[in-house]
Amino acid sequence: MDIYLPIAEMSVNLFLLLGLGGVVGFLSGVFGVGGGFLMTPLLIFIGIPPAVAVGTQASQILASSLSGVIAHMRRGNVDFRMGLVLVGGGLLGSLLGVWLFALLRRLGQIDLSISLAYVLFLGTVGILMLIESVVAWLKLRRRGGAGFTKRHRHLWLHGLPLKIRFHRSRLYISALMPLGLGVVAGILVAIMGVGGGFLMVPAMIYLIGMPTQVVVGTSLFQITFVTAATTFLHALNNHTVDVILALALIVGGVIGAQLGSNAGARLRGEQLRILLAAIVLVVCGKLGYDLVRTPSDIYSLGAVGQF
Amino acid sequence: MPRLRRGLEALTILAILLGALRADSDARANALVADLSQHLIAITTAFVGTNVVLFGTSDGDGDIVVTVHGPREVQIVRRKAQVAGIWINRTRLAFADVPGYYAVASSGPLEAIAHPDVLARHEIGVEHLKLKPIDAAGFEISEIAAFQDALVRNKQRQDLYSRTPAPVNFIGPRLFRTTLSFPANVPPGIYRVQVFELSDGQVTDAQRSTLVISKIGLEADIYDFAQQQSALYGLLAVALSLTLGWLAGVIFRKG
Repeated sequence: MDIYLPIAEMSVNLFLLLGLGGVVGFLSGVFGVGGGFLMTPLLIFIGIPPAVAVGTQASQILASSLSGVIAHMRRGNVDFRMGLVLVGGGLLGSLLGVWLFALLRRLGQIDLSISLAYVLFLGTVGILMLIESVVAWLKLRRRGGAGFTKRHRHLWLHGLPLKIRFHRSRLYISALMPLGLGVVAGILVAIMGVGGGFLMVPAMIYLIGMPTQVVVGTSLFQITFVTAATTFLHALNNHTVDVILALALIVGGVIGAQLGSNAGARLRGEQLRILLAAIVLVVCGKLGYDLVRTPSDIYSLGAVGQF
Repeated sequence: MPRLRRGLEALTILAILLGALRADSDARANALVADLSQHLIAITTAFVGTNVVLFGTSDGDGDIVVTVHGPREVQIVRRKAQVAGIWINRTRLAFADVPGYYAVASSGPLEAIAHPDVLARHEIGVEHLKLKPIDAAGFEISEIAAFQDALVRNKQRQDLYSRTPAPVNFIGPRLFRTTLSFPANVPPGIYRVQVFELSDGQVTDAQRSTLVISKIGLEADIYDFAQQQSALYGLLAVALSLTLGWLAGVIFRKG
């Protein structure tokens, strides 16, 4: 059954969309990640204009991160003060990102920029994750037990001015650091149509030094606010949020995520991370290959009526 | 719906035949009459493209050619070049008044029917579309031609321009018909349908009618809303996501 997407201006099979939402939702449930980094490229692969894919993804991530953050708040796993600083940076980044997005679109470089951003960020994170999880897995097999956790190191970044005490995270560090991280994550939401969790979670653990149990809840808290702002800004400036597309993806995603989190509970952490890293690198490889491969036609059409 | 459409088609044929009979009795020299099975195509949620039948009669024994021009807009064509191994859009050329859709149907091979000059004058055939570049300073003639070819090629790939002329079939000596097909991605707007009668390489008669393609119902409302009241649309999109996300949390907490 085909449905016509009013903003993307094309008709797509409804079950394909529900299926995509379901599969990506399942994977995000298994791995505990947002899945935006998979969904946006998949939407582009099936022919949705990249600009619409990115704009609409922000609204889909908003829905999935909200249900996530509610669960984490109930368990007390959100550092609100840290969250608000991250949100502040995120809103700034989102504004910057949406502006940059419109500019790149005018210049005809938006598709390239989206792909490049994916290859760069996902490639780096994927390789780091792969190395880290393989090392952890090997260590675990050799020793047969969990490794000890190291207290966070004090980096020079922590000593910047505007120091704030974050009680929930047991930290006394400069607010400029989470603010800066928030800005970077906000830009990624606006340009890549991802939540940015893949970048924020490791940065919060390794750079900021937050305790792991509050990291996921706090990053979801930030993602909820930033994707809400980004959805609004993309709708306002770029007219690229397709609510029908979002609806289909959210419904499929919610069901998939539920099934996925049940399946994920039965798998081992290190193996999961190796698998996730492999998926990230495959997506990244496909996008990277498309950038260097000689295109079948070096000419392409810009959107109608757009300078 | 198909039954209704077939009924409408039959009525159209009847009307045309009656018109033709009247024209015959008037014994006018030019009596090219044609009409479409529908003048309004509605793009709704279930829209997957559609066919429109064009019927007509002519009094001569000339060839019949039909062209359809979609709404005209500025179209940008970009050319990629390899920079540090990566293919990047480097050069762009904009064209004015480019039809968003173009189709041609003919009762015979175009080059046999008329001289290229005649075909060009009436924009018959994709190769004769007038694609005027905007600000082509610094472009060689051959380069502009390459961009024009690329525009047509890309539109053909999207099924928006015909690749080869569709057939115009004669049913008996006078009555002709052809099927115009519109894919799911047709741009909404006003379409100009022209029917030409050609004899000895010259246009002897022509008729023009219009076809409106418009988004109707929920799709149209959503599109207009997103364009005209984008702030409110943005807020509603956020509200929709929040509601669904919250709902999902509630449902699966119990489950």
